[in-house]
Amino acid sequence: MPLGGEVTDEWEVGDVEAGFAEADLILDESVFAASLSHQPLETRTAMAYWQNGKCYMHCSTQSTGRTEGNMARWVGVDPANLVLIGEYCGGGFGSKIAASIQARIPALLSKKAGKPVMLRVTRQEENFFGRARPGIQARAKFGFKSDGRIVAMDLLHVQDGGPYGRSGDFMSAADQASLMYQPDHMRMRGITVYTNTPPRGAQRAPGGVQAVAMFAPIVDKAAKQLGVDRLEIIRMNAPEGQATFGRPRQGQQGNVSSAFPKEAIDKARVDFDWDAMQARSKRRNGTKVTGVGAAISSYSAGASGIDGLLVIRPDGIVQIHTGVGNLGTESFSDTSRPAMEALDTPWEQAEMVWGDTSKHLPWSAIQGGSQTTHAHTRSNWAAGLEAKKRLQEIAADRFGGSPDSFRVSNARVYRGGQSLTFGQAAERAMQMSGIYDGSELPEDINEVTIRSATALAGSGLVVAVKDNFETGGRNMSYVIGFAEVEVDVETGAVQLVDYKAAADVGTILHPNNLVAQVHGGGVQGFGVALGQKWVMDPQWGLHVAKRFYSNRPPTILDVPHEKEMDFSSPNLPDPFSPIGARGVGEPPVGAAAGAVLNAIADALGDDVYFNRSPIMRDMILSKLNGLDDAHNPLSTHV
Amino acid sequence: MAVIRDKMPAFQLFQPASTEEALGVLNRYGADAWVLAGGLDTWDWLKDRVQKPAAVVDLGGIASLREIRSAGGGVEIGAMATLREVIRHSDVSGQFSLLTDAASQAASPQIQNQGTLGGNVGQDTRCWYYRDGWSCYRAGGNICYADTPTAMNREHAILGASRCVAVNPSDTAPALIALDAEMVVLNSGGERVIAAQDFFIGPAVDIERMTALRPGDILTQIRIPSTWADARFYFEKARDRAVWDFPLANVASAAKVSNGLIEDIRIVANGVAPYPVRFVAAEDAVRGQQVNDQTAAQAGEIAVRGVTPLAHNGYKVSLLRNLVARSVRGAEA
Repeated sequence: MPLGGEVTDEWEVGDVEAGFAEADLILDESVFAASLSHQPLETRTAMAYWQNGKCYMHCSTQSTGRTEGNMARWVGVDPANLVLIGEYCGGGFGSKIAASIQARIPALLSKKAGKPVMLRVTRQEENFFGRARPGIQARAKFGFKSDGRIVAMDLLHVQDGGPYGRSGDFMSAADQASLMYQPDHMRMRGITVYTNTPPRGAQRAPGGVQAVAMFAPIVDKAAKQLGVDRLEIIRMNAPEGQATFGRPRQGQQGNVSSAFPKEAIDKARVDFDWDAMQARSKRRNGTKVTGVGAAISSYSAGASGIDGLLVIRPDGIVQIHTGVGNLGTESFSDTSRPAMEALDTPWEQAEMVWGDTSKHLPWSAIQGGSQTTHAHTRSNWAAGLEAKKRLQEIAADRFGGSPDSFRVSNARVYRGGQSLTFGQAAERAMQMSGIYDGSELPEDINEVTIRSATALAGSGLVVAVKDNFETGGRNMSYVIGFAEVEVDVETGAVQLVDYKAAADVGTILHPNNLVAQVHGGGVQGFGVALGQKWVMDPQWGLHVAKRFYSNRPPTILDVPHEKEMDFSSPNLPDPFSPIGARGVGEPPVGAAAGAVLNAIADALGDDVYFNRSPIMRDMILSKLNGLDDAHNPLSTHV
Repeated sequence: MAVIRDKMPAFQLFQPASTEEALGVLNRYGADAWVLAGGLDTWDWLKDRVQKPAAVVDLGGIASLREIRSAGGGVEIGAMATLREVIRHSDVSGQFSLLTDAASQAASPQIQNQGTLGGNVGQDTRCWYYRDGWSCYRAGGNICYADTPTAMNREHAILGASRCVAVNPSDTAPALIALDAEMVVLNSGGERVIAAQDFFIGPAVDIERMTALRPGDILTQIRIPSTWADARFYFEKARDRAVWDFPLANVASAAKVSNGLIEDIRIVANGVAPYPVRFVAAEDAVRGQQVNDQTAAQAGEIAVRGVTPLAHNGYKVSLLRNLVARSVRGAEA
């Protein structure tokens, strides 16, 4: 890719030219990551009707609470006159973070028609306006010391921005490269260009997936050229502690709250028997050759400063309110459990209120960027602690003495033989009013929470509180993918034989959900590496691969099925979260994509890198047969 | 070009209980009638509003069209038998496992439950320009959008093109040709039996059809003779995904091998031309030869003689060469 030309964004840390001067090996590559649609099985749907001046909107959204404001603005009503119901989103992958503007159509039509109106969207329409990950073409120059350490990186990104141009992927790709590889010196330059293609938007690890798909093969190639272990080169360059990364602000790079990918790699090296995997590299079985590969992926994993809201009712039930949406992970409830842990009371004593803004939901994080786990375990822990404090105060008011002398456990607040059930405490809270029943609220909570808590005031012990815990830096999680493939050199077929993933996600909150995220995101990464893509006719400017069978997201039969996909985690808590958990939705995609790309390259030789994704049969056969249509990194939508 | 999606145009639905009733409707509506089998090809056409038949004749209620039975050492398969029924039928898997293998790799397990053998061989091409309603030669226009200097034609033909470069996507078709099957076609004029090899037609014969079926015709049965029963079979499908994907190329062969010597063989590939291609010259060349890498390579080289790859499908040449060679080597090689 030619250098030069205008860029709109650039930054530098250190002295990149000096860094390259120190390098023992410099790889200067043109690379490409393709645009690809989100392809949720559930295309976006919305239904609206009006009643007594209020708009009732049922729509598929990743974030129930945080959709209310957008939708009210789109529909043209005060948020108080919008009831948004979104209990189940279906697949979103970033394309439905706060619903989508198409959902306003039934609301506006319904207002005119005086009847309920529903919008259904076909697969092809989903392709056209469901948004897509923007493709990036890059010129990437990496400088390595002889031991594999990356000393300098110089990136030039040109992003396919679609009709609206702006999307931050090309910048976050550089940020993630900075985090994953921790170069001493780095320069990033980039521009997003308008193209006559469908609109782009955030897709699961926006920019992060492109970064891994483009750069993991470069690091892998360097390992081979330097004779360094291909996993060790990942480990030695991985972040640790409160590592700094990314675009500097006021001359300073930000830092992460914690990073344990090295510990994850050390554990995975043993758990997955990396040495045995390596031993299978290039093993020939007739026309099939085995390849193995590994790649690291990082991405955002949390937010803070979110509100918690709960009511301890006169019947003793702890009613936990949340605006968290439901993408099928049921994380709205998992992330609420810390409130009950703070109250040392069984989960069975809790009831969840969610999915419907008429039920008084608090200010919540968006369900994007994997923020939910971190943000809401913190806010619900805060709400639980605040409720505990109020219960102790109520008990002290009833029995005398210091609040601290009372314990809260098993739905009671007690000291010796003096005890109040949660129900009794709730009744006293209603009598005491003020800060106990929601009549007086903290000043630092969001106005959305104020509105909801005010509506709930007087219904029991009402607790609304903001997460003011220390943050320690940006929350990031890390996944390292390990792939084994067999490539048939006669047919170009790639069979993914095995996939394993190691994840540093802080404390494991829900083991099954974690594995589902790591491997489910991995499957999405298989699509990035092996086949999912757009095809556009450049003469007519039209999409030609709009159906599932032609744009080819991976199927369940593309997942390794002879070996169970393995998983490993160091399970080390983030020291700046009271629960220790970080999110995990984003980084699994890139880890799998990078690992599979590297495994294919490994099977084909020590210097057969395609510098683009996905890698499909036509590319492999063309490369093996010396044909010239194996696609160079400047070919897009082919 | 279709714009409105998903809502099918109105049509009269007929669900006859006999072939006689079906033929009556087909005669009445002529070219405005659409024969519905499993629906996997049909519903895309109708939902995209590219095809707008006045009448849809659903053959699903004609029980006789689903029968699979042994006859004369071979097998007769009703055209409405689902792919799953074909896969599971012991007479098919026992003697003609080539068809079992091919049907097992068609589409997806779910589609195999619904899709029929008749539908699989009768389906239209999946050329993305044509299926999207572009007014190409095959759709009655005067251009092939897939055969221009800038066209996206990774999945198109390297053989047999004539104005149209679309490929036949059927997986069972090459297996049936290799097995020397016959297609039984019924219309108001009576029954005619067409060799499978002649059932599939290229654009040079009729650019708007992929098979010999004309308006008013019903494919009722597929007859597999005993000729190739228990032969050495080979089927391989090259596709981008493990499932729910049409072939970039597939190959089917039936061979009679004795003491390593190829006494007779039929080799057919699909996904590389607008019709399944039988490689008679390659068959002739390897007949009487020992099964070995050299013989296999010879067949592969002969198979790709005369190929005309397009801008993005040059890889299909080596793919076809290797698939044909593998089909001669056999699965055990």
